[in-house]
Amino acid sequence: MQKVYTKIESIIGDVITVRAEGVRYQDLAMVGSSYANVIKLDGNLVSLQVFAGAKGISTTDQVRFLGVPMKVSYSENLLGRVFTGSGRPMDGGPELDENMIEIGGPSVNPAKRIIPRNMIRTGIPMIDVFNTLVESQKLPIFSVSGEPYNQLLARIAMQAEVDLIVLGGMGLKYDDYLFFRDTLENSGAMGRTIMFIHTASDPTVECTLVPDMALAVAERFAIDGKKVLVLLTDMTNFADSMKEMAITMDQVPSNRGYPGDLYSQLASRYEKAVDFEGAGSLTILGVTTMPGDDVTHPVPDNTGYITEGQYYLKNGRIEPFGSLSRLKQNVNKDTRDDHRALMDGMIKLYAAYKDSFEKKSMGFMMTEWDKKLLKYGRLFEEKLMALTVNISLEDALDLGWKILADCFEPNETGLKSSLIMERWPNKKPEVR
Amino acid sequence: MKNNEGHVVGVNGNMVTVEFQGSIAKNEVGYIVVGDTHLKGEVIKIRGNLADMQVFEMTNGVAVGDRVEFAGEMLSVELGPGLLTQIYDGLQNPLPDLAEKCGFFLQRGIYLDPIPNRDWEFTPVVAVGDKVRPGDTLGTVEEGVFTHRIMVPFGFDAVPWTVKKIVTKGVYNVRAEIAVLSDPKGREEKCTMVFSWPVKKPIKLYKERLRPDETLITKVRIIDTFLPIAKGGTYCIPGPFGAGKTVLQHMTSRNADVDIVIIAACGERAGEVVETLKEFPELIDPKTGKTLMERTIIICNTSSMPVAARESSVYTAVTMGEYYRQMGLNVLLLADSTSRWAQAMREMSGRLEEIPGEEAFPAYLESVIAAFYERAGKVRLNDGSVASVTIGGTVSPAGGNFEEPVTQATLKVVGAFHGLSRERSDARKYPAIHPLDSWSKYPGIIDSERVEKARAILFRGNEINQMMKVVGEEGTSVDDYVIYQKSELLDSAFLQQNSFDPVDSAVLPDRQRHVFDLMYKVLTSDFVLEDKKGARKFFNEMRQKFLDWNGVVTDDPRFAETEDAIEQLLVSKVRQEAR
Ligand SMILES: Nc1ncnc2c1ncn2[C@@H]1O[C@H](COP(=O)(O)OP(=O)(O)OP(=O)(O)O)[C@@H](O)[C@H]1O
Ligand SMILES: [Mg+2]
Repeated sequence: MQKVYTKIESIIGDVITVRAEGVRYQDLAMVGSSYANVIKLDGNLVSLQVFAGAKGISTTDQVRFLGVPMKVSYSENLLGRVFTGSGRPMDGGPELDENMIEIGGPSVNPAKRIIPRNMIRTGIPMIDVFNTLVESQKLPIFSVSGEPYNQLLARIAMQAEVDLIVLGGMGLKYDDYLFFRDTLENSGAMGRTIMFIHTASDPTVECTLVPDMALAVAERFAIDGKKVLVLLTDMTNFADSMKEMAITMDQVPSNRGYPGDLYSQLASRYEKAVDFEGAGSLTILGVTTMPGDDVTHPVPDNTGYITEGQYYLKNGRIEPFGSLSRLKQNVNKDTRDDHRALMDGMIKLYAAYKDSFEKKSMGFMMTEWDKKLLKYGRLFEEKLMALTVNISLEDALDLGWKILADCFEPNETGLKSSLIMERWPNKKPEVR
Repeated sequence: MKNNEGHVVGVNGNMVTVEFQGSIAKNEVGYIVVGDTHLKGEVIKIRGNLADMQVFEMTNGVAVGDRVEFAGEMLSVELGPGLLTQIYDGLQNPLPDLAEKCGFFLQRGIYLDPIPNRDWEFTPVVAVGDKVRPGDTLGTVEEGVFTHRIMVPFGFDAVPWTVKKIVTKGVYNVRAEIAVLSDPKGREEKCTMVFSWPVKKPIKLYKERLRPDETLITKVRIIDTFLPIAKGGTYCIPGPFGAGKTVLQHMTSRNADVDIVIIAACGERAGEVVETLKEFPELIDPKTGKTLMERTIIICNTSSMPVAARESSVYTAVTMGEYYRQMGLNVLLLADSTSRWAQAMREMSGRLEEIPGEEAFPAYLESVIAAFYERAGKVRLNDGSVASVTIGGTVSPAGGNFEEPVTQATLKVVGAFHGLSRERSDARKYPAIHPLDSWSKYPGIIDSERVEKARAILFRGNEINQMMKVVGEEGTSVDDYVIYQKSELLDSAFLQQNSFDPVDSAVLPDRQRHVFDLMYKVLTSDFVLEDKKGARKFFNEMRQKFLDWNGVVTDDPRFAETEDAIEQLLVSKVRQEAR
């Protein structure tokens, strides 16, 4: 039974209130021609957030409660399609209303999870060697604005061997949307892609819906046995939309205006990443732009506490410091016996290089050791860090040994003697 | 007596306002009836005939007018044999059983029996006519490697009860009646092996509290020697994201020298619990010869699970800890992360529209944190045995900045502080505990005089390093440079420890002392090193040998060989007069 009300009591931001009976928390309603959902009940006073925004809504507009929560259609027909944050077609195709599933559903029982075990190869040494990406991982790219984060996201997506890509775009520039569409089309991947797109000019509330829509659909495909990769860009826009809604609702902000439940809100999305035993998996690669290149800003900060690492994109490179894959140890024990030790050893030396580099820039005399480190740092950045590099993990490891041998004596590397005996290149081929 | 009822008048996220008749208590449990599911909640505020409840489930679908049934009791856990090896959510719902019933996803409104329904061989220790008090032992069952005491329910009135009936030695169901007691007025109560206890109330059935003065061995060098923790003590691990809090707690949960470990995964990643879940049943505890799982309870209320249950989860965990302490056992509770618990309080406080304190945390944050850690302690029980609950909590400060309410409130009450540093974790110097900023009030496994001396070298080395950044290496004397190299050696070959190396990841105290002795010799020796280049070369060699040494097991011949090699290298450069 649908109830219709025609007296809107208040309109603040994108939130309206009406007096109504028998309404359920989180139920969907139509306000004018837009969807809205119930976000607060206080006696018979019902607060709703209007997906398309409250602009132009009048106090006498119709509010029609639909008696169901927000849902999204789930079927093979979604493939190759583009939708808005509230699930309406954005590509001129037909509306889909078959097999509606709930969004923002319950989380996976931890007891049903399994330990992630499959490496996702990307051909990028800073990922494969130093911070290996793993199937079912949740991992954002932390980026300063202006960096090619969407390009990096697209490149990993194209290179990863997955069955399905779900792209959730939040506050996306229209150009970026076109970039994704064209890249996917050109590589023939559009047929296995579903997009939920909120562009910078679309209503705020729809931005907050994008991750739930994308993840609900992705989760179903994963249960049905598909390896799904979800791309979420840019989660900072998502958080900012949440902030806007919280302020509208007069919530006490906790940190720089963000609501106190920012952590829980982000976590309930990222925690959808999972490997289903006996079925498929859901991997989340996100983008979190860092306002003012500040990792301690509440959005990257809370994200870092939730995700299983991050790739820190700066100056067009993935920085070794600040980047982390927490699942790498699950897979790098089975790649090659020198993988772990080389990974740690090379980073320790790179840290030492940074110190020497700083000393140099302050005009201090360079010792012989400093000079070795400077050479090492230069080679490391050129041969391994540059995003133009595209080589296999094994080749990257070999190259790592070459660089070490080219710069250091074995006992200067801090690596175990046994490993050095086994892997140290005998001759010193010049690496340039 | 029929319990009270009420109905919903407001919903705001996980806070539901209920209008009720009659009387209800703060922290009383209530169930909101939505269709045919019952959603559990806890009364946290009462104003007139309105009660604000925090609901432990998602509240979508709740409507104004929905019926609420109050349970007449405070939020409690069930205590009894069979808790060990279990995996519970924050409300003591057994997750594997839930998975069997509901599949991949958690389903709200389903509350299963937390204590496994099974038989135990019960051996009585009291006879009819004996006088007993709450917490006294009625009999025992063997729970894995532990003797589990079946006690007079803690909630019974604190009066002498007379044993009216006690079953003979034999096999009984956990819920079967094993005793009947009567109070001085002749009122009789039946006992089974299970009883419940409200989680927010500390269990204090002991004779006296003792000073935590015995080192709790973790097999982590930097902790056991430099920053020790103690049985019955408290400690915290604050650190920015990715600095290694969870890895450190994982290692501790495996290696700690205690009887029972309770892991409270509070608002963190579900994936991290899975590692423990899958690995512990396979790993053998060298102390007991049984799997690690047999000494472990996991309370798992991860970040995407309902927030209110997260708030309760740490209490659920510590209550179980106190319960096992009553059996004369040493319990370690590891909570990861206490910040998520504090945030859960903040979310609720915000919905209650309480006046916010710093960073919108509630004003009572400090006292709540203090009260929680206060539940740790080493005690002498009424039967004279000594037992303990140790609490170690991670803290996840916003922006990695320790000047924030949760870290500061915690530092005021704990006995040891293991502060993780971003700088050290970035440089892969694990465990990334900052050796100079951190502190401990507890005794360690090495005499404090030598530890202080080693720490002084670390301190001085750091100063010299800072100075070198200003004046350059050329502006530093060889003597200073050698001190700097010594501090680096101590750091890289003793303080740092590779958690993923099969040998180095866990080091027994004897070996720690042995390695420290030699390290100490190097640190306090006077070397003949003409220039910095020579010094660096010498210490590089030294470091290499120590690292190799750390990587071999003690009974491998290479252990003694490497030790000899270190001694020889040492002797080769030691100043003769100094010997
Ligand atoms: N002792 C260690 N040895 C080797 N690697 C480590 C060690 N400690 C941490 N790491 C590395 O750092 C990563 C992050 O560690 P961890 O998950 O413990 O961080 P955390 O402090 O708990 O972060 P968060 O606050 O986000 O939960 C690990 O996945 C691992 O790769
Ligand atoms: Mg952690």
